[in-house]
Amino acid sequence: MIDWGWMADHLDELAFRTLQHLYLTAIAVIAGFAISFVLAVWSVRRRAVYPPIAALAGVLYTIPSLALFAALVPVTGLRSIVTAEFPLVAYTLLIFIRNIVSGFDAVPRDVLEAADGMGYTPRRRLWLVELPLALPLVIAGIRLATVSTIGLVTITGILGDGLGGLGFFIFEAYRHTFLTETLFGAVPLMLLAVVADVVLVRVQRRLTPWSRPARPSEDATIATVGA
Amino acid sequence: MTAAPPAPRAPTRASTVEFRHVTKRYDAGAKNTPGAVNDLSLTVPAGKICVLVGPSGCGKTTSLKMVNRLIEPTSGEILIDGEDAAQRDVIELRRSIGYVIQQVGLFPHQTIGENVVTVPRLLGWSKERQRERADELLALIGLEPGKYRNRYPSQLSGGERQRVGVARALAADPPIMLMDEPFGAVDPIVRERLQNEFLRLQEELAKTILFVTHDIDEAIKMGDLVAVMQVGGHLAQFASPDEILASPASDFVARFVGADRGLKRLSLSRVGALQLRPTTTAKVGEDAAAARRRASADPLGYLLLVDDQNRPLGWIAHEDIPQEGQLTESMADSMSPLLDRRTTLKDALSMLLDANVQVGIVVDRNGAVLGVVTADMIAERMRETVREGPFVPHAPEVDPSAIAADAVGGSADREPEPEPQAAGAP
Amino acid sequence: MNVIEQTAAWLTDPANWSGPAGIPTRLVEHLLVSGSALALTIAIALPIGLLVGHTRRGASLAINLANLGRALPTLAVITIVLPVTAALDPQLGFKFYPTMIALVILGIPPILVNTYVGISGVDPELVESARGMGMREGQILRRVEIPVALPVLAGGIRSAASQIVATATLGAIFGGVGLGRYLVEGIAQNDNGKIFGGVTLVAALCLATEMVFALIQRRVTSPGLVEPKAGWTRRRQPVEPGVAQA
Repeated sequence: MIDWGWMADHLDELAFRTLQHLYLTAIAVIAGFAISFVLAVWSVRRRAVYPPIAALAGVLYTIPSLALFAALVPVTGLRSIVTAEFPLVAYTLLIFIRNIVSGFDAVPRDVLEAADGMGYTPRRRLWLVELPLALPLVIAGIRLATVSTIGLVTITGILGDGLGGLGFFIFEAYRHTFLTETLFGAVPLMLLAVVADVVLVRVQRRLTPWSRPARPSEDATIATVGA
Repeated sequence: MTAAPPAPRAPTRASTVEFRHVTKRYDAGAKNTPGAVNDLSLTVPAGKICVLVGPSGCGKTTSLKMVNRLIEPTSGEILIDGEDAAQRDVIELRRSIGYVIQQVGLFPHQTIGENVVTVPRLLGWSKERQRERADELLALIGLEPGKYRNRYPSQLSGGERQRVGVARALAADPPIMLMDEPFGAVDPIVRERLQNEFLRLQEELAKTILFVTHDIDEAIKMGDLVAVMQVGGHLAQFASPDEILASPASDFVARFVGADRGLKRLSLSRVGALQLRPTTTAKVGEDAAAARRRASADPLGYLLLVDDQNRPLGWIAHEDIPQEGQLTESMADSMSPLLDRRTTLKDALSMLLDANVQVGIVVDRNGAVLGVVTADMIAERMRETVREGPFVPHAPEVDPSAIAADAVGGSADREPEPEPQAAGAP
Repeated sequence: MNVIEQTAAWLTDPANWSGPAGIPTRLVEHLLVSGSALALTIAIALPIGLLVGHTRRGASLAINLANLGRALPTLAVITIVLPVTAALDPQLGFKFYPTMIALVILGIPPILVNTYVGISGVDPELVESARGMGMREGQILRRVEIPVALPVLAGGIRSAASQIVATATLGAIFGGVGLGRYLVEGIAQNDNGKIFGGVTLVAALCLATEMVFALIQRRVTSPGLVEPKAGWTRRRQPVEPGVAQA
């Protein structure tokens, strides 16, 4: 059933694809975060800006990644890394925007007033007060974006052999109906996603010791979905 | 509250509640864990309000919750009408007891009308009957049914919500009500209104009520009987409010009640309970000489000038009364505060002190003079000790190491002392 | 012809609206696989969430399982399940079940988590008040906890539905059914009209799903639960897990 020998032969390929996977994920998450952060800070300052951004984000969000990838193919070409990264960044953007803004929004008003009352400039207040307190939700967002992107990178395999990260094996395996190769790709992929999730939960808990919640409804490590 | 007293209703039922050596331990063997109860025994007669009062952690709420078995005792029994509550089906038991908590706990997703008939609905009453009862209850607590029955709790003020909470507890006409700091979550003005309204309601309904509070003033005001509890769940004293104020059973009780307990007692009695002093009066137009003669015999040395309806106009010192002629209004040169028989002694004393006089004039409903009271008489009353009733505090020697609660001053409004009813003496 | 014209042409071509590769057929397939997955997901996740939320036992286990389910890439699940189900049923086991199973795994976390958090988040004083009045545990759940937590529960179902309908497009990659076929075929055949036609259809379906469930959510919320909102976003705007993940 499973050809262990084959697996042993292709270990360096595995390493390459794993790195590629991480690389593609990292670009998307970092770029997405940077852009979202700027947009989010802007939204928090200029309230009027947020609703249209959020609305647009909400709409784009419901469109499946495959559709987005497909839509880009005619534009940027099949094997281009831009085709791959554009939707990936777009999705992380969507996650981050809502996330960062709600992070800021969750900072209690009385804390902000206290900071202002003590003479914090808006910039200091942002970096020293709002950001740390918004951190739990923001990190929850990073975690979500990362895990989600790890999954999405797999789909880029449809764009060609040059891409796909671990998804490459999955697509290859399908073309040749080769179970071993399927597992070769799928299992590390799942491990990667789960490990990333667990690690980031730990990071989240470690970085925000003050936010041990009393009730599950206040626990930012459990992401509830919009009510 | 209700504008006119509703039509006479069938007397509502009330049960007796007895605690028999009830103990609740949280930590095996540990003494004085917060919320624990230690060998509590007391009997609440039917139709009376028994207030459990004490500092945080004294076990008063725990004791309350053992009656409807939200908490089960470690040992001891709670008897309702002589029957062990532990033997009854717990669901049936709870449906027969009205339960009001501090946060009220109105279901936010239901209308006021639906909220109020929660227990009747559980009991399976017909929709007709539920609707009627809901309107009846809303009227009883002074909320117009037409306006309120379809509103949601989030649309009501804090005071209104508390009232709905009380109405909900009354819905199935339970023989017992448990109330856990029911008026705690509102501001003092609203609280006083709610307390007064509730007392009026109780006059009509006469249910057996167990009431928990940490506020000694509320306990004195609301309770027919008061059980003072200490941290560790010990019963420090169980007696009528007046007795607790007059003869605290231990240092702890004395401190918990507050150093002003003498004054507090004054709010429990009214002017009508005193033996009024007669005073020499004379009407305008009367012969001055005759009046002067009568006034000289008066121990106070003053004449009270009244009009033809016997209403007071002012005092004249006996030596200021002219030898001849008639009494005129302008001769009166000083006045005293007017009191009526329902004025509490505390308020009366307050008025006298404010006016810086020794004497207050007591008048009837029409304003006619009945007699006078003096500040001395009131002080004398304060010092009277209460006669021993059949309630002897049960608690054995307890070390008074508990913290004294801070008694929040507040005026109370209370009927004259009720007669201690005969009930199971320990 | 530019892309828009190509797309319009494709969408209006009657040939595309009939037959086994036609839009109606594929739409129905898509809805079938999504709908059955959603139904199964609700049947599994809701009772567990209610139980864990009410009793507060097994919460960490439930949360960890949910996190696991959320992290698993859908595509990986499909490829692993496929050989197994294909062996059992060559027809449906190839085209239908792998996608459906993967969608169920995808849909359980939002419903489970939301149900658990929603139910356990109901004010404990409310629950105790209900218990003190003589409600049985089941009645408390039915009459108090569920109605009060309903908006959160409905949010979970809405999110699951959205994600399921969107991710169902992935099923097409490995031979499954649904509107995703147009995307896969379009890329392979270099047919822009087909690609963008597919994109349009998929996007429309996803948006429609989202709107329908948002409406249901609003309908289901008791007017007594709606509080006037303090700011322009809600406090603790919850985070939505990734959509259409692989």
